[in-house]
Amino acid sequence: MSGLYQFIYETAVIILPSWTSHLVAGLSIMIILVNAVLMGAAVFVWMERRLIGRFHNRIGPNRWGPFGMFQPFADMLKLVFKEDIIPANADKPVFILVPIAMLMPVILMMAVVPFAQNTALANLNVGVLYVLAVTSVTTLAIFMAGWSSNNRFAMFGAARGVAVLISYEVPVVISLLGVVLVTGSMSLADVVSAQTVPFLLVQPLAFFVFLAGTSAELNRTPFDVAEAESELVAGYHTEFSGVKFALIQAAEFGGVAASAAVIVTLFLSGWAGPASAYLGWLWFLLKVGVIAFVFIWIRATYPRLRVDQIMALAWKFLLPLSLINLLAIVLEVFFLRDASGVLTTADLWIMAGINIVLAVSAIALFGSLISEKVSPNIWQPGAGLPEPTPAVAFPAREVR
Amino acid sequence: MSLRTEPMTVNVGPQHPSTHGVFRLRITFDGEEIVEVEPVFGYLHRGTEKLAEERNYVQIVTLTDRLDYVSSMINNQAYCLGVEKLLGVEPPPRAKYMRTIAAELQRVASHLMGIGFFLQDLGTLGTPLMYCFRMREKILDLFEMLCGARITVSYMRPGGVLDDAPAEFWPALDAFLEGFPSEFGEIEQLVLENEIVMVRTRGVSTLPLDVAINGSVSGPVLRASGLAWDWRKMDPYDAYADVEFDVPVAAGGDNYDRFWVRMQEVHQSIRIVRQCIQQIEPGPVRLALPLVLRPKPGAEAYGRVEASKGELAFYLVSDGGVSPYRMKIRSPSLINLTVTEHLLVGWKLADMIVTLGSMDINMGEVDR
Amino acid sequence: MFGLSMAAGLLVTLKNLTKKPFTVQYPEERVKQHPRFRGEEFVWYEERCTGCASCAKYCPLGIIKIETSPSETLPQQGDKYRLEVFDIQIFRCMFCGLCVEACPYDALFMGSGFEQGQYSRKEMVIGIDDLRHADKKPSTYLRPQLESANYDPRSGKPLDWKDVGRESWDWHLKEKAGMRLARPTPPDYAGGPQAQEESNTSERTGGETKFGGPA
Repeated sequence: MSGLYQFIYETAVIILPSWTSHLVAGLSIMIILVNAVLMGAAVFVWMERRLIGRFHNRIGPNRWGPFGMFQPFADMLKLVFKEDIIPANADKPVFILVPIAMLMPVILMMAVVPFAQNTALANLNVGVLYVLAVTSVTTLAIFMAGWSSNNRFAMFGAARGVAVLISYEVPVVISLLGVVLVTGSMSLADVVSAQTVPFLLVQPLAFFVFLAGTSAELNRTPFDVAEAESELVAGYHTEFSGVKFALIQAAEFGGVAASAAVIVTLFLSGWAGPASAYLGWLWFLLKVGVIAFVFIWIRATYPRLRVDQIMALAWKFLLPLSLINLLAIVLEVFFLRDASGVLTTADLWIMAGINIVLAVSAIALFGSLISEKVSPNIWQPGAGLPEPTPAVAFPAREVR
Repeated sequence: MSLRTEPMTVNVGPQHPSTHGVFRLRITFDGEEIVEVEPVFGYLHRGTEKLAEERNYVQIVTLTDRLDYVSSMINNQAYCLGVEKLLGVEPPPRAKYMRTIAAELQRVASHLMGIGFFLQDLGTLGTPLMYCFRMREKILDLFEMLCGARITVSYMRPGGVLDDAPAEFWPALDAFLEGFPSEFGEIEQLVLENEIVMVRTRGVSTLPLDVAINGSVSGPVLRASGLAWDWRKMDPYDAYADVEFDVPVAAGGDNYDRFWVRMQEVHQSIRIVRQCIQQIEPGPVRLALPLVLRPKPGAEAYGRVEASKGELAFYLVSDGGVSPYRMKIRSPSLINLTVTEHLLVGWKLADMIVTLGSMDINMGEVDR
Repeated sequence: MFGLSMAAGLLVTLKNLTKKPFTVQYPEERVKQHPRFRGEEFVWYEERCTGCASCAKYCPLGIIKIETSPSETLPQQGDKYRLEVFDIQIFRCMFCGLCVEACPYDALFMGSGFEQGQYSRKEMVIGIDDLRHADKKPSTYLRPQLESANYDPRSGKPLDWKDVGRESWDWHLKEKAGMRLARPTPPDYAGGPQAQEESNTSERTGGETKFGGPA
């Protein structure tokens, strides 16, 4: 039972009977959760649209509120009043379930993230496992969306999405094993308190793999094959409109915010920072903002990979990297830990030194394997006009 | 054990977001792989050739603007060369240089569009496209100075160009040329050697030289397959005989080569514009031809240029009247599309979009 | 190589993030527009117009409608046709500027606006009264006399018909009286003899030399 729940319950039980107080505490937590995700989604939508605008050298949304901050709410309001179209041949029950199934895991994921010291809504002792399990539900929702809308582009998107999501589960899970090994616990609160040195430095390979895997699971560039707008119109959510579309978008952007929170917790030492007892939430939000910025930055820069290349990347590149990382962590933990199985800060620094070198060399090694594929053309301007091939040089024609 | 799969037919277009206009492809997929392609076009047919038969020779210039609407200057040039051959006149030298400058700037603008949309099809979120638009915008501003319009320019006339450039055009052109290399360098740094662009486009949808020649393909698509075939070199018109430039040629004929050839041609076009500024001299820019032209009956002419997309030509036949008896347009986009099936079959859906982007077709020109 | 080019790409986008936006927020600010810009709000000077309908004949779309009636006095005495209808169907206009090119008396000018959208097609026909009463801020397109005076239609004052003449007002009267423009006959070109019969010559040459012959 988390501290917040306990606090609300104990306040309410002064004037209410015990069972009502449990209800009040539960509902309050639910409201906080849902609003956190939706507000996170709204803020992220604004941030993304505004930043992408500036990356493009455009102004970006600036009509509603200061710096266009109310743009997500205007979008949402517009979508709510739109006609809700269900295609004639759609599988109606499934079609209606899709937005719910898509939004639910995102909200649930936020439940275990500690925003500040002792502020997790639920401090599960299997937090890492819970996050992994809950995010996998999205796979099902995507497939439901593609199947039920009876649209071929949606079906393409769903098939791609499912393939990508299932493949990327594997390296992501293995990269998290390293985190769990060093922490010695699966609780996210323990993961944060174990990070006297941020795991970004201790396990850069795991961070790299987890970031790539999260991008793929969130359908963000360069892995956004499931909703590739230049190929598949809108991918699996082509047929959704109105409120359903709004919910799917909220789930998508809320998912990015939630994933950024998870990444911060796992690799950037969560709420830790100067004066973290009072300002922990501020450090947490700042770090989430930085990770969200990185997501947007990557989206603004890179093209999309093809679906088979994404699968190859998962199995041939990220999986070996995560295995290398796991092996290194296992050996380091085995040799460095003291008798009670605890790693000191000095041990973590040693691990960081070894693993950063390992990460650079491993990425360079795998990068060199595709070097033949990525050789650019070389041609010096001023080399002159190459002679036309004699076999195809036509005689000069008289033009009337 | 082999799974029984069923081919799936999908209509890509005419309302698909990345078919570059109202182009439609009926594609039969086996999974994601293309087994059959049937291109369908004609949704943008406006009957330009027939319309030309009831316009006089100067009015047709406005029709040519609307063929390949991202390279109107070059269309104007091709048509005006045709009419000049029909009449047997030659424009004054200053007009030739003005035409060359305008056409090369337009080639840069058109290639920027081609590059930008190619990268958009690759899945970038419009970033290189926006940078390309930013540069193209400056070129269009120059066109506005020249002739008062940005897209449908109608700048050239049989016997020269509309009007001399205003005094502020030359400093503006200098400023543009000064800033352009660094801005274009940004795009090169962003995408030219980007690993994702490479793995997406290297070796994909290769077009062998013999297929290209049999398909009568021209322009950057042909040069990417390894043949230096450029009418600016082989049959120099306007001022091209007096300027130095190279014809970029790649060997592979894949999507990356087509994209790469365009990138290099932009540099060459800028080089040509720089030389033209050095060589141009004061003088008249337009012959004193009547507004209503009447070529000799039975005269025929073939006005041909190397447009941004390939060989663009106007075949004109006169019956002595005020409008041509027949105007045939050889539009490069349409003829480049004849190799579509060869390029697409066997590749994946995602490659198909990129390949169409690398062909840089323009439906205004395909359907005419 | 090794993802270094991808890192270089990230630097490019980061650099552009810090730049000032290239676009402008339209209703509040506008991009700079060249005086030659050919736009809506055609400018027409009735005093200069003779009702010859060259513009109507030369319009590729045929959207200019001109109806005239003979005047009471004789044209030889300096009078002209009286214009009854001068309609421009602006909703079909493609702003090619050929009507301005065709006008031999500098009576018709392109406008400089682009914000004349209406809700029905009927409202988008510019009639003779609209042309008479409109603010006369002509584009300098194909009008070198305005260009050499550095006239900018977006910021300049409306021009009276005496201000826009290529020559002085007297010249204009003189020309009108004879209804013939003293212009050099075009040099011979390979177009055949009948081409010169309707020699409605253009005089756009620019540069120092006024009329260049064929090379």
